[in-house]
Amino acid sequence: MSVLQVQDLNASYRKNKVLHDVTFEVEQGSLTSIVGPNGAGKSTLLKVMLELHPKLSGDVSFFGSSLSRMKTRVGYVPQRGSVDWDFPTDALDVVMMGLYGQVGWFKRPNKHHKEKAMASLDQMGMADYADRQISQLSGGQQQRVFLARALVQNADLYFMDEPLAGVDAATERAIMTTLNDLKMAGKTVMVVHHDLQTVEDYFDHVLLLNRTVIAHGKTEDVFTKEQVYRAYGGSLRWMKEA
Amino acid sequence: MNSLLSPNTQWVLLSTLILGMAAGMIGCLAYWKRQSLMSDALSHAALPGVVVAFALTGSKNLLVMILGAAVSALIGAWMIQWIRSSSRIKEDTAMGMILSVFFGLGIMLLTIVNRTAGGNQSGLDNFIFGQAASMVRKDVVTMLILAVLVMLVVFIGFKEWKLFLFDPDFAKGLGLNSRLMNSLYMGVLVLVIVIGIQAVGVILMAAMLIIPAVSARYWTQSFRMMVILSAIFGGGSGFVGTLVSTMGKGWPTGPFIVVASSVLFTISLVFGAEKGLLTQALLLRSQKKEHMEAANPNPSVLSPRLSERGSNQ
Repeated sequence: MSVLQVQDLNASYRKNKVLHDVTFEVEQGSLTSIVGPNGAGKSTLLKVMLELHPKLSGDVSFFGSSLSRMKTRVGYVPQRGSVDWDFPTDALDVVMMGLYGQVGWFKRPNKHHKEKAMASLDQMGMADYADRQISQLSGGQQQRVFLARALVQNADLYFMDEPLAGVDAATERAIMTTLNDLKMAGKTVMVVHHDLQTVEDYFDHVLLLNRTVIAHGKTEDVFTKEQVYRAYGGSLRWMKEA
Repeated sequence: MNSLLSPNTQWVLLSTLILGMAAGMIGCLAYWKRQSLMSDALSHAALPGVVVAFALTGSKNLLVMILGAAVSALIGAWMIQWIRSSSRIKEDTAMGMILSVFFGLGIMLLTIVNRTAGGNQSGLDNFIFGQAASMVRKDVVTMLILAVLVMLVVFIGFKEWKLFLFDPDFAKGLGLNSRLMNSLYMGVLVLVIVIGIQAVGVILMAAMLIIPAVSARYWTQSFRMMVILSAIFGGGSGFVGTLVSTMGKGWPTGPFIVVASSVLFTISLVFGAEKGLLTQALLLRSQKKEHMEAANPNPSVLSPRLSERGSNQ
């Protein structure tokens, strides 16, 4: 069953058209990496699907319906650099934000919500940092807080924008364990990923993107030397030998 | 002290206290929206509206003037957005343009209105630097109601404001209507500016929004505390500034409030518990001492050259 259908999606960023007739479907329970060179429109694709950036044309359907109806089933982990970590708040409070939809607007979270958020932090190995100021967390810890915030939403389909960028090895392991747990639980995850060396180890599906879909499918079918070269054009410097 | 102050002065003090609190709270929103300068542009942009409202109605009814100020400030805000989105001009440049153009237009209109019969007695000049003492009971009540309304908006939607300011994209993903939040933000910002300009004046109104919020930032690492402290600093400087300004006849209120709040800022900058210069210097000193002791448990063998090098780093 496909949980996400994207049909002829077109979008521009500033003056440039960055997405051109993007069409693909994602199966439930898959762990897909979105791979492509800089400026290929990876982040823009996520933002357009989530209606954070306007599209020029095309359709996106979630679970056979629209995003506005399926909002609670869709989770998003933005790039770590998209927020100001100097904001005065602690790790637990950020994770609590993932529950605001469940708490209800203009209502206060209760003890039960707090326990949920703590459990989620614990799952990311961050329980000891619950009261820590977010400005005092390392990059990897900040990324784990973002993951914990997404987990607590208990969504069925997750979009993550470069969660493994610039994190330490321990965080990378913690995140990958979590992503596999999500997959085991029947959830679907799409991850913008930049490290070609780990694609085959980490993801069962690959979406090769360079303004349009170069190839999409199972990692072993899609992540071939020819296809990756096609996606990266001349800009590819390194690729794992098959 | 009550016996020294006329009942009217007491009312005025209450109003600048509440105004300072409301401005302090909204200032925190503007601070984290990175739009501190926007409040300055909007308060300057309010001036033509005040003058036009007076010229049209011929009376100095505060509510009408507030309405005029709000319309003119919103036009200013809209023009800033329009310049930014339809040209290569950046937001700070657009704000600088709108700020001076609207203020210039306001002064021009003011001069014209003041020359016409009756205009002289209008007291419109007070809107430039603020004259809290010229407010009558009815003005004070209008101000109080609107300021309390502004504070309620922040209070009721506190967790929504926090989410909206920290991570607007994620907020949108959760279904928080970002257009509504943006309009609400602009609404309370303009409201607090326009109710403040009679007391503080268009030139200095922005200081009531900016200074308490940055001062509060030096004391806390919690957004809730920052808003509370900012309200206390804003209210306190509003009260003290007004009190001092009532001591002389015709002393403008705005400058005294700004000076009072900048005293608070200086204290925060030096002594602030979280980011204060003194606190950080003391912390560094104790860490250095600890480090030196750990590296060299016997201080008597510490060579002077080594310790000198350590303290230079």
